[in-house]
Amino acid sequence: MNWIKTKNNTKINLNEIPSLDIDTLRDEIIKLNKRPVGFFGKEWGEGSTRLFVILADDENSDLYVSSCIFDADEKGYESLTQTIPSFHVFEREFYEQFGIKPLNHPWLKPLRSHKKEYKFFEMEGEEVHQVAVGPIHAGVIEPGHFRFMCNGETVYHLEIMLGYQNRGVEKLMVEYPTNQLAESICGDSVIAHNLAYSKVMECLKDVKVSKRAQLIRTMALEMERAAIHIGDLGAIAGDIAYLMGASVFGATRTLVINTMLEFSGSRFGRGLINVGGVNFDIDNEKIERATKTLTKVEKDVDRMVKTMLKNSSVMSRLEKTGTVSTEKALEIGLVGMAARACGVNLDSRFDFADECFKSLALPRKLFKGKGDVNSRFKLRYQETMESLSIAKRILDMLKNGYKEEVLNTEQNALSANSMAISIVEGWRGEVVHIALTDMNANLSRYKIKDPSFNNWYGLALAVRNNGVSDFPLCNKSFNLSYCGNDL
Amino acid sequence: MFDTLKSRIYQGNQFIKDIKNAPMREQFRGLPKLCKQNCTECKKCLSICPTGALSLEPFSIDMGKCTFCGACKNICKHGAIDFTNFYKLSSTKRENLIIKENMTPQEYEKTAIEVRKEIKRVFKKSLKLRQVSAAGCNGCEMELNACSNVNFDMGRFGIDFVASPRHADGLVITGPISENMAYALEDCYKSTPDPKIVILCGSCAISGGVFQNSDKLNREFLDKYPIDLYIPGCPVHPLTFINGVLGFISDK
Repeated sequence: MNWIKTKNNTKINLNEIPSLDIDTLRDEIIKLNKRPVGFFGKEWGEGSTRLFVILADDENSDLYVSSCIFDADEKGYESLTQTIPSFHVFEREFYEQFGIKPLNHPWLKPLRSHKKEYKFFEMEGEEVHQVAVGPIHAGVIEPGHFRFMCNGETVYHLEIMLGYQNRGVEKLMVEYPTNQLAESICGDSVIAHNLAYSKVMECLKDVKVSKRAQLIRTMALEMERAAIHIGDLGAIAGDIAYLMGASVFGATRTLVINTMLEFSGSRFGRGLINVGGVNFDIDNEKIERATKTLTKVEKDVDRMVKTMLKNSSVMSRLEKTGTVSTEKALEIGLVGMAARACGVNLDSRFDFADECFKSLALPRKLFKGKGDVNSRFKLRYQETMESLSIAKRILDMLKNGYKEEVLNTEQNALSANSMAISIVEGWRGEVVHIALTDMNANLSRYKIKDPSFNNWYGLALAVRNNGVSDFPLCNKSFNLSYCGNDL
Repeated sequence: MFDTLKSRIYQGNQFIKDIKNAPMREQFRGLPKLCKQNCTECKKCLSICPTGALSLEPFSIDMGKCTFCGACKNICKHGAIDFTNFYKLSSTKRENLIIKENMTPQEYEKTAIEVRKEIKRVFKKSLKLRQVSAAGCNGCEMELNACSNVNFDMGRFGIDFVASPRHADGLVITGPISENMAYALEDCYKSTPDPKIVILCGSCAISGGVFQNSDKLNREFLDKYPIDLYIPGCPVHPLTFINGVLGFISDK
């Protein structure tokens, strides 16, 4: 047995995970050829390091787990990126955290650490020049450094240097695991990260969550998706100087997040989800008000998007800008919304559906994306409408039934020597939380993978052969997280 | 074009007319309200607080550390801790953020912001701010962006965010200040012409918040330079931010 097969939100015993030597593991990964969702190390005593690999089989909802141990004197292995490019960022991270070098890696640059000098690619020529931007950008956004290699106005290549936001979240998660910390991993995906954290903990503690609480969680996740998508539709409109759209979407988003404030006391849903359920129940009066608001939001978004897309000057900016082809998206391993916009059919809400989402029996709508800004705009619109209708449907279910306690406070200690994996589809894509416990039932390693981790390279590819002035537009259409990547 | 005009008319005016007295939903967790009488000293709240904002001697909540998650209120079965929906939480002094027993919104509002004549004289009509996200989680950043949307419309008071520190009258800092951002932040501060103000926005910036125990932070900046305004929240609500800044630069 070279792999152990498991499911989303399932606890496995650490002793059951096979431990191979690196060459066998490498061959196995290439043979299996599935999507990586986890590739991380853990100190394994006496200077050795254990590398855990988790691959996702999206069609069958299976997760494959295996591992290998590097002794203290083993400091290198033949990199996987040469054969499977989507491993590039995982291998960079592993090298940075544990010093074990993936040999012949094509771009083994620092990922988060600023201790070593970052060597940018160079281009030479008479018309060639570089544009350096950041870490502090023009707007009110997070820090990151961008280096454009341009020929005239055209971008040949973009390098993205991150790590400015590094706060040591993974280590804090082991020492002080709280819902509040999980919420602050990435402040625009509060619900997604907190839900992934709570589910991992519930797995390790064997806590049952009532159906009502599960429904509220699912609804909150969809409301978060709708709110951020509407905000980003506005931001895209703002970046092409269609100010009407920016204003209207901005005001419409306010309606959604203020409804969230009524549910949880915070506009982004902070304090709503807890290990064991949710902290706040929703009474029928609030449900009625929320249903009315969401219906209005549906109408407003629909109206504004249709008005906007009729405008030819809008279309000329959106179409064929920032294109990533389906092949490239698959090759570099894009996930979530960015992948779907390129025509890659990945959605962990369906691929790794939890009980609650399965029970809703929703049809899976496929999106024929072309990978440009226009596709990402339209996908966001489609997903906003879907999410609003799911949220409304759940509100209706909550009104008529499932009268249960929403928080299970009877909780056991963590299981010893175990691992649990939780995948939640946030608005950007799959949020993966993996927790390991030691013999004494304490957390010993906590691994977080935000979808931005996979997708930043997609943005770098998207701006190639575009005007440098279209960069803000491409950037906003992805709207990737700096802190989700930097942790 | 007619569709665009129709949409415009349909939307109407959305701005909040009286921003200083704007109503807030009752669920919002703002100024804490403590009642020592009800406290049985079971210390459950101390163990559940993610940032150590609570203290029993004397009974108080430090809003500079508080994430306003409400966990202490939920766990306290005796009603010793509550949160009002009062949102004008800003203060010019760090120690004012420590809320003791029986503090009322009216009393807090009176004492929290100390108006300085020279600030009023220089910045009353126009205040241009440069925001620096020093490892902020994007929560405060999104709320600061919301300050400029059509609902809150901060620009009408002459307060704006600008692109360059050279154009700015002050800095707004969000996030716990990571090691990797320390240099850029200081550089940005030095690039801002005098006279300038510094505003700390959110629990992370004020105290490190949930990241206070991280070894990846470098908060030396805060020891070196004076801080003019503290705006608590996690994240800061736009009304808290706008009213805080307005209170600081205008008469009332």
